[in-house]
Amino acid sequence: MIEVEHLSRYYGQHRAVDDVSFKIGDNTVVGFVGLNGAGKTTTLKVIAGLLPPSAGTVRVDGVDMATAPESFRKQIGFLPETPPLYTEQTVTDFLRFVGSLRGVSPKDLEERLPGVIQRCQLSGREHWVIDELSHGYRKRVGIAATILHKPKLVILDEPISGLDPEQISEMRSVIRDLGRECTVLVSSHILSEVQQTCDRVLMLHRGKIAYEGTERDMEGRPDSSTLVRIAVRGEQGALQAALKSLDYVREAQFTALDGSVEAVIELDGDRREDLVAALVMAGQRLRRVEDAHDALEQKFLELSREGAA
Amino acid sequence: MNAVFLLARRELSTYLNTWWGWVILLVVLLIDGLLFNAFAISNKPQYSAEVLESFFYFSSGTTMIAGLILTMKLLAQERESGTMVLLESAPISEAQVVSGKFLGAWGFLMVITALTLYMPFLIQLNGKVSWAQIGAGYLGLASLGAATVAIGTFASSLAKNQVLAAILGGVMLVTMLLGWMLSRQTEAPISGVLAYLALYDRHYQPFMRGRINTEDLVYYGSVVFAFLLMSTRVLQARRWQ
Repeated sequence: MIEVEHLSRYYGQHRAVDDVSFKIGDNTVVGFVGLNGAGKTTTLKVIAGLLPPSAGTVRVDGVDMATAPESFRKQIGFLPETPPLYTEQTVTDFLRFVGSLRGVSPKDLEERLPGVIQRCQLSGREHWVIDELSHGYRKRVGIAATILHKPKLVILDEPISGLDPEQISEMRSVIRDLGRECTVLVSSHILSEVQQTCDRVLMLHRGKIAYEGTERDMEGRPDSSTLVRIAVRGEQGALQAALKSLDYVREAQFTALDGSVEAVIELDGDRREDLVAALVMAGQRLRRVEDAHDALEQKFLELSREGAA
Repeated sequence: MNAVFLLARRELSTYLNTWWGWVILLVVLLIDGLLFNAFAISNKPQYSAEVLESFFYFSSGTTMIAGLILTMKLLAQERESGTMVLLESAPISEAQVVSGKFLGAWGFLMVITALTLYMPFLIQLNGKVSWAQIGAGYLGLASLGAATVAIGTFASSLAKNQVLAAILGGVMLVTMLLGWMLSRQTEAPISGVLAYLALYDRHYQPFMRGRINTEDLVYYGSVVFAFLLMSTRVLQARRWQ
């Protein structure tokens, strides 16, 4: 359990983090989002034990950052956007050094290394000098170093920045996998990434928590519903009529485009296959079907407009 | 304590596994060898003890310069390359980081110093010197080296990059070396304080002649402690920035 209470952090007179409080349960992947300058990185650095807070407390499994800083840091694994690596070392030498530095005994280290290397998809590269690795592999080495000491909380700052699509997909699976063992706090600007990998969202705005919860809560939908976005060629009226006859369609919002209609539809349960079949049977010329999670984006844009005003 | 030795070992292996460390080692040995040939073994008749004293005199210069060069990257490079976060997020104290870095750099400087031992042995082959003078001289070099490495560590903790660390360390070292000159321009009791604080003149020269004074060892120990303490305070203060 991660407990942050009334956390504030000042840089001189500037209040970067303003009375932030939240709790995160075990084995949860939380997306930490916000505009540039919202205070994300400062908050993450304070939680990681890199910066002392000006006020407030941070506890991980009851271990308080202020009263037991070294024990606290043992519970944390922090990976900044650019992985901190000694590039002249080989992957295993580096991991052994970081593990020892974090208090892992040599015996435990040798036991854990193969598993961590496999989990971070570094097999075959363990004896490479880090300097010779690609950016994607360096990120993986960074994650391996972050989780080697089995922290309760793993903090990843922009873990997919600079990765190619294949590496992004692999990173997603690594993050989801991590969420089975510990709490993961992922900071990202890419909202679709947060939507795909995180169970919950923490949105920070001007140093304060602007939203905390699941994206589904943000959309104001019950757990049993599904949101899809479709595009069909034709008239809005015909699509409205076709949807009206389907009892599992709760709500639909339409946007008429040039010769086609786009609709965001809330379904009762996960009936996406039934919806597609029904629309095709009704003669609708379906062009596109995709998951629609735009509440996060809308909230983000709201905050941007608020910031610009 | 484990973390201190872990960091010291890593630092030492960084010097040994990169061209950087080997270049410093070779250059120091080359300069020491050339100076030994040019000045210590001159044509004029000298006692072996004087030759050995000359050797410790110019070795002190190369030791101090090597100490500064070895330390300029200690903390500044960690900050420059972003790896400081590894140390800051680890469950270790700033004092352990500073001590580990210091020990690694001083250890490598001692490896270089130990490799100059063949020169006193050459004197011994062609003349006669006391082992006590050799031992005292090397203890002096180790003490002066430790003080220089501590000053360099402090400079590296303050500077944003390695070049700045080298310049800052150089300025601090020269200021401390010139204390004896300043002491002659001032009146007591300030002159006495400045003369005592001077890094080389009063405290190193007895070692060259084979004399070990407790006062000199305490002085060098105090310089090391003071500069390492200041380095630790700088790292702690940086957390608040």
